[in-house]
Parts: sequence; C-alpha cells; structure tokens
Amino acid sequence: MPDMKARQKRLVFVGLAILGIGAASTLAITALKSNLSYFFSPSQVIAKEAPADHVFRLGGLVTEGSLQRQGEGLTVNFDVTDNAATVKVAYEGILPDLFKEGSGVVAKGRLRPDGVFQAEEVLAKHDEEYMPPEVASTLQTAHAEGVANAAANPSPANSGAAN
Amino acid sequence: MTLNWFKFASPATFYPLAGRLTRPFWILTGVLLVIGLYWGFFQTADQLGGSNPQKEYYRIIFIHVPAAWMSMWLYIVLVFWAAIGLVFNTRLSFMMANAVAPTGAVFTFLALWTGAFWGRPSWGTYWDWDPRLTSELVLFFLYIGYMALHSAIDDTRRADRASALLALVGLVMVPVIYWSINCPDPTQCAALHQRSGLGKIESNILFSMLTMTLAFWMYSFATSFMRLRSIILTREAEASWVQELLNREHSR
Repeated sequence: MPDMKARQKRLVFVGLAILGIGAASTLAITALKSNLSYFFSPSQVIAKEAPADHVFRLGGLVTEGSLQRQGEGLTVNFDVTDNAATVKVAYEGILPDLFKEGSGVVAKGRLRPDGVFQAEEVLAKHDEEYMPPEVASTLQTAHAEGVANAAANPSPANSGAAN
Repeated sequence: MTLNWFKFASPATFYPLAGRLTRPFWILTGVLLVIGLYWGFFQTADQLGGSNPQKEYYRIIFIHVPAAWMSMWLYIVLVFWAAIGLVFNTRLSFMMANAVAPTGAVFTFLALWTGAFWGRPSWGTYWDWDPRLTSELVLFFLYIGYMALHSAIDDTRRADRASALLALVGLVMVPVIYWSINCPDPTQCAALHQRSGLGKIESNILFSMLTMTLAFWMYSFATSFMRLRSIILTREAEASWVQELLNREHSR
C-alpha cells in the first residue's frame, strides 16, 4: 500500500499489535482455564496418582466433625474429602482464620508411609459473598424454608421454583 | 461551538490547564477518601457471615480492591497514550504515559502489599502462586520495566517509542488478570481468589468500595497532572514559553 501516509501505516501497525495481544491473552486465559488445578484431589491420592516421594498439594473440603486437636499442642488432625474419597491429614501449626469444617482447604505436604498426609502448610479459601452475618443467615433461612416448602408441596410448579 | 482538541496536544497549552486541574482533583480525592473510609469503618458490619466469616480484617478490601482495579485501569490509560503517541507522534501523549506510570506502579504495589497482609490471617499465607497473584506481580514488573526502559535510553524520542512498544505488548496481562479466576466450583481448583459479583457484596460494603475507587481515581488524576507538569518543564526547558514563564516567576 504505497499511497498510505506514514501515520496511517503506524495506525495499522498498532492495530495489528493490539489484535495480536488480544489473541495472546485469549490463549493464556484458555490455558489457565484448563490448567487451574495445581493440586491433587483425595480420589487421585487414593488412586496413587499423587507423587509418593515428594511434596504435593492436596485440595478438597474439610469433612464435617473430623477436626481433632491433640492435647495441649498445636497438632491437629482432620479429613479432606472430595465427596468420593477421603484422606487423613496431620498438621502441626496454627490454622488460618477461615479454616472451617465443610469449607475448602489446600494443604501442602507429603504422604507418610501409613497413608496419612503430613501437611507443612494449610491454606483456607474464602468465598465470593461479602455479607454481614445477619444478612447471610437470613439468606440461609430463606433458602432452607424454600427447600422445606418444596418438600412439603411436591407439585410440578413448586419443584421448578425451588431449583 | 467546536472544540479544537488539537490545541491541547501542545505542551505549552496543556501546562497551565494541568495546573488549574490539579487542585480540584486533590479536593475531590480528599472528600471521597473521607467519605469512603468513614463509611468503611463505621457504617459496615464488624465481620462477615455465611461461609466467609472474615473478621475485622476484611475491611482491607476498601483499599485492596480499589487499588487492584486502578492498577489495571491505569495500565490501560498508559497504553492508550503510548499507542496515540506511536501513531500520531505527539509529544504530549508520550509525556502522559510517562506521568501515569509511577501512580500505576504504586497502586499495583499497594494491591500486592495489602493482599499479603490480608492473606496471612485469612488464607494462612502471605504469598501463593495463585493465578491472580502471579499475574498482578507481572503487571508490577511491567510498570517497573516501562519506567526503567524509558530512563535507560538517553534520546527521549527513542526512549518514548521503545517503552511505548513494551507497554503495548504488556497489555496482554490486563485481561489475564481480570479473567484469571474462572473456576466455576471453588472446590475444584486451588485458585485462592474467588470471583465475586456486585450482587454478592452487601450494599454498604459496596458503597465504600466504589467511593474509595473514585477517590483513588481522582488521586491518579491529581498526581499524574502534577508529574506531567514537571515532565513538560524538563523536556521543554529550551522552549521560549518556558523561558518566559521562568522570567515571570523571577520578576515576581
């Protein structure tokens, strides 16, 4: 295109650069999407897919009622589950504030010969709700009532609304 | 009435305009900061509920989230001016890009720093190679790299073009940061950040967060205009209008 002005050429150049950058971004985000899990689930650990001899991350939910503190020390035991398999975890240290039974957790450590996961670091996860306690409990009550109503009146119209 | 925008593309015209705009932006910054911080400290709940029971320390989001938003927004502004400069060869646009960069770097650092302080008590770690943390750190290096490259080249016009190109290529990071949390089920991936939405944030918390964002934005205008004025003076030191300005200042 010899009749283009220098300014127009530069405009095309910058436009192409931004297009290329957009393509690169899209590729990076797609790669992140398929690759986000950088931890092993309890099912994978039970299936011996996790490395036996070096440090890895174990991720899942803390089983309700499984948290036990041993005596006066800092040692705690809890179970991590993905609702298909469960792995026992031992940890010595202070648990993060958001650590809770039933909530998500990522533990870094290695498997002991007895099959217990010895964690060096335990990370808790937060969620996307930023609500004060009253609002959150109202929402939960409303949800529970909705579920109860749907169970009491199992008409087709109602069961659709409860979902 | 038609406004001639190109008039303001001249550093000599924009210098006094930037000077007049600085004070209103500082006043807006102050007012919005006071409202945002007051609301954040006294009109919001002491702790969160539900399955996200954060205690008082959750209030750091009034600094953390606005700073993180501004770090991305200012990078887009920087690239905008750099691209305009590359296409139209206008001196003032390169100076704008230069003036925005340090403020952007400060907000990126602030987001990383407050995030670390918040992460220790809640997640249990200061730092993790979570996709969002990692990409935000890369953004910080891009700001630093842009400024370093610019100051490493003596010829200002070459420095402008080289660093503008670096900034343009770095634009790739902004969508990556924004969409780095795309895990539908938090139990399925280890990303520590969770994607939130405006509907999932209580209205008082949201109000404080948005007010603080506006305050940070106004602060960015104020500091960028102040920095722009000194950049204009440094680069146009030989120009006759700067000499006249100096003479007037001296004779006062």
